[in-house]
Amino acid sequence: MTATAVEIQQFSVRFGEFQALQEVNLSVPQGAFVAIVGPNGAGKSTLLKALLGLERGALRDGPTQVSGTVRVLGLPPRQVPPGWVGYVPQVKGFDRSFPALALEVVVSGLRRRWPFIITAQERKKAEAMLDKVGALALANRRLGRLSGGELQRVYLARSLIREPRLLLLDEPATGVDAVGEADLYRHLEAYQRETGATILMITHDWEAAQHHASAVLVLNRRVVGYGPPERVLCHECLSQAFGHVGHGHGLVLKGD
Amino acid sequence: MLEALQLPFMQRALLAGLLVGGLASYLGVMVVQRRLSFLGDGLAHAAFAGVALGLLLHQEPLWVAIPFAVGVSLAITWVREQSSLGDDTAIGIFFAVSVALGVLFMSLRQGFAPDAVAYLFGSILTVTPTDLWAMGLVALGVVALLPLWPDWAYATFDRELALADRRPVLLHDYLLAALVALVVVVSVKVVGIVLIAAFIVIPAATARLLSQTFAAMTLRAVGIGAFSVLPGLASAYLFDIPAGSAIVLTQALFFLLALGLRRL
Repeated sequence: MTATAVEIQQFSVRFGEFQALQEVNLSVPQGAFVAIVGPNGAGKSTLLKALLGLERGALRDGPTQVSGTVRVLGLPPRQVPPGWVGYVPQVKGFDRSFPALALEVVVSGLRRRWPFIITAQERKKAEAMLDKVGALALANRRLGRLSGGELQRVYLARSLIREPRLLLLDEPATGVDAVGEADLYRHLEAYQRETGATILMITHDWEAAQHHASAVLVLNRRVVGYGPPERVLCHECLSQAFGHVGHGHGLVLKGD
Repeated sequence: MLEALQLPFMQRALLAGLLVGGLASYLGVMVVQRRLSFLGDGLAHAAFAGVALGLLLHQEPLWVAIPFAVGVSLAITWVREQSSLGDDTAIGIFFAVSVALGVLFMSLRQGFAPDAVAYLFGSILTVTPTDLWAMGLVALGVVALLPLWPDWAYATFDRELALADRRPVLLHDYLLAALVALVVVVSVKVVGIVLIAAFIVIPAATARLLSQTFAAMTLRAVGIGAFSVLPGLASAYLFDIPAGSAIVLTQALFFLLALGLRRL
């Protein structure tokens, strides 16, 4: 086991004329819970995708230029065994018209293929995982019948069932009510306590990030700030990231 | 009706119909769920250009149409991967170019071409043993690739997750595109260029309405696609109507029934 879960050096991504990330340096120790914040278009999703080895797939137009190095659990992203990394994509990207049951979605996380027939053993494991995130009742519900929050739980179960050492979440709290969000943090923290896994999570909710994350990364194409929440979520560094602090980006800083 | 099955051309028609119905529906499940329904139309017209070229060169149309349509299908896939033009636009461009080429090849050929009309509207009753061999080989290929269903389904469900899990999504996109082109070309003789897209889209769409899971959708689509051929062919024989039309109208009837069932 290496001591760092994520090691990024001088990493830049450019889509044609658009500089998505510029000279990003980041070192995340194993077992950390990093909240990634920043305005829209700051390269947050591109950064997560780079950890999955998918940075070139983000946009199809124009040549994509990538430079710098990324190491995930000590390896280049595309050499990391897929079972080591769990990924919860943004809810708005989900195709809910796909005919599937919640249970199948969870099993697909285990198999890394779509199940034609689910074995009794897989069913047991998937149900246990759904139960863990408080979604056992949804097991035989169709994907199209799930609310945003329910879908989020199913995808969380999907990513956790492979027992990843690194968990990447892209705005998992968006479209989820306050109770759902509190639950989400509870499940993530429980999983982390159990396994010592590392969590990187993109969020728009700074207040929650402040309470739950061990570190905050403020990103605006470059790293604007990175460190413990109480040090990074200060007025100056946020002004630098966003131009101003306030309601303009749907973000509110407590005590501001 | 049963004595009709003693006739060799009816036996060939039935076998061809079942093969084409099953194959087109199986691949149609992936095509429909990936919102590529227009691909069937595009490839049918690529097949038309290939057939016209074959007739112009006095070659067996099938052997010219196969590489032509597969080439167009791979090119459509390449344009889709390389640009953000949108799938419908990529297909639309190749659709138009294919029709233009087809019309050009037809005009270069001297005299009237009754065989070309047969390809446009299909003539299941004139299926030759060669046609059946071609269908059989394509069917064999699709059956051999059945183990790829879990990968195709996964990439259909969520392309990004499949890529993140390092499934060979791009390779499979090209493979699927080539297979759809092959099925379209070998089916064109049976159903006709103007109707083949229905074989890909309607049974899969019907199955989609009735199914809770993608596995069930796949099985139902193949079942509906193959079964529609039976009443379709029977009515074609009994009432002397074009078989392609009869089969597609049967499929459409099943689609309406499924739509009705869902409303209940």
